[in-house]
Amino acid sequence: MSFKKTARTLPRVGDGPFFRRALIGIVLTLGALLILAPLLIIGVEAFSKGWQVYRDTILHPDTRHAIMLTVLAALIAVPVNTAFGVAAAWAITKFDFRGKGFLLVVIEIPFSVSPIVAGVAYLFVYGLQGLFGPTLDAYGIKILFAIPGIILASMFVTAPFVARELIPLMQAQGRDLEEAATSLGASGWRTFFSVTLPNIKWALLYGVVLCNARVMGEFGAVSVVSGNIRGQTNTLPLHIELLYHDYQAAGAFASASILALIAVFTIIAKVALERQGAGRVRPAANPAENAS
Amino acid sequence: MKIRLDHVVKTFQTFRAVKDVSLEIESGELVALLGPSGSGKTTILRMVAGLEFADGGHIYFGDQDATDIPVRDRGVGFVFQHYALFPHMTVAQNIAFGMEVSKVKRDKAAIQTRVAELLHLVRLEGLGERFPAQISGGQRQRVALARALAVDPKVLLLDEPFGALDANVRRELRRWLREIHTKLGITTLFVTHDQEEALDLADRVVILKDGHIVQQGTPEEVCREPKSAFVMKFLGDANMLPAEVRDGRAHVDGAVIEVSGIADGKAELYARPVDLDWAASGPGIPASIARVMDRPGGRRVIATTGSGVPLELDLEPERAVKAGDTGYVTLRRATVFAA
Repeated sequence: MSFKKTARTLPRVGDGPFFRRALIGIVLTLGALLILAPLLIIGVEAFSKGWQVYRDTILHPDTRHAIMLTVLAALIAVPVNTAFGVAAAWAITKFDFRGKGFLLVVIEIPFSVSPIVAGVAYLFVYGLQGLFGPTLDAYGIKILFAIPGIILASMFVTAPFVARELIPLMQAQGRDLEEAATSLGASGWRTFFSVTLPNIKWALLYGVVLCNARVMGEFGAVSVVSGNIRGQTNTLPLHIELLYHDYQAAGAFASASILALIAVFTIIAKVALERQGAGRVRPAANPAENAS
Repeated sequence: MKIRLDHVVKTFQTFRAVKDVSLEIESGELVALLGPSGSGKTTILRMVAGLEFADGGHIYFGDQDATDIPVRDRGVGFVFQHYALFPHMTVAQNIAFGMEVSKVKRDKAAIQTRVAELLHLVRLEGLGERFPAQISGGQRQRVALARALAVDPKVLLLDEPFGALDANVRRELRRWLREIHTKLGITTLFVTHDQEEALDLADRVVILKDGHIVQQGTPEEVCREPKSAFVMKFLGDANMLPAEVRDGRAHVDGAVIEVSGIADGKAELYARPVDLDWAASGPGIPASIARVMDRPGGRRVIATTGSGVPLELDLEPERAVKAGDTGYVTLRRATVFAA
């Protein structure tokens, strides 16, 4: 009996040279057309009218205000959502209570709802014809078409990011460490800061980075509630759209380049964090290797 | 510290894990809670620790009712099956944790001295700067014990402490835990499903089934006088032969054994493999040998009786028996329970 000599690896898709080249070709072409080309265009178009125009666009009061507003939204929404996410993940994974399943579903809602629907919903809750609108108006509190509305909409859309990142990890870690800490006499806060937090810090940072990227780039929900008042309620993404519709393509691309830059930094931070083990569930810290 | 459980009940949703358990553990005693999975042994241990709260009944530490004292203030040392060491802290930091968070303030030097003492006690000198991931499973469990002992607990509680370790390490740690217990004299309660571990280690064994205590006593008592077929089977290999009791005698396939306290009628006769012997001629239970398995200490013979009941016998290494032999199984001793 004789055996045909073959490579000592498992057979896989794309072993044939023609097929392999075709697959690689498809990936490269699509990658270039769909991802790389648009990014390059942003850079090229932003500087198409020269460095001076780029600088003027960026330094224009409206652009500066849009940047400021976007940063402000992130500065408020990200810490609030971080606190919410950590609290929710801690409660869900470390304790048993009624309505736990319901809370899990509620956390998921912003992911499954289109941002524009969220924005419209906010109109009906806080708008003048809405649920609380007249009352709020009576007290002179303006939420819609103002900064609070923008921040609320951003917070809604990004609420699940941190919790979603933490829940699977904390579930895999179990409750033993917290129980051990409490049995040794640690208070709840002490247990959280000395035991829980150090073991979730990379996943937490990862969630914060993703949350921040989404807050800064959010368009749909914010666009509905902000009212697009130039220099007042325009965030950076809205500002870009406005410039573009004003036929100021170079200006739009210049502003877009800032968002693109933030995206690049996000990716770098994400990769760096993934190297630290965030973003995936690690096997239990104390694997039972001598299992009998 | 003496521990007393008084009619303790615990229900999870609809599942009653612990049903009316009363138990006393004397000060300085080492007691094993032994039972199959789902018998409620871990739940009892966690209630003593304060990690679960009883739905009914009381738990006393000495004269104090500890039923509602939270785990943090209960002053117990708890050792988890999977160690539960803090992975981001060194061995020394793990051991020091309890002293650092304690309401009793200690200065740094005192903590360090105590950590060094404990490392010496658990024979891990020189490993203080390692992280849990850098030491073996047996070493981790010793660190976990040192960490639990650091806060001078009134009671030491261990949940399947050696369950995740391989057989050799397990046996070594067992002996070592016994030594530490003798040295410190701390009241200790541990959970295991391994009867050998319970019998080796404990002063007293409490056997549980379906949330009830079915028997408790010294290892000698539970081994020599099992009160039920369950205990008999759970403590080790046991053969069962259907028997018929008449006038204080149990009749089994031609063999007769004296029994007391069993009403006439159907009964079950239990015998360990070492309680059975093999003879070429009667009297005895006629049987044929199906298989012989050789082990370092002797020969395990599987024989089938005339009525088709399989029996396991332990014979001396020198005995010349082989599959296919026919002869008689004789009873050296046996325990009979009413069926």
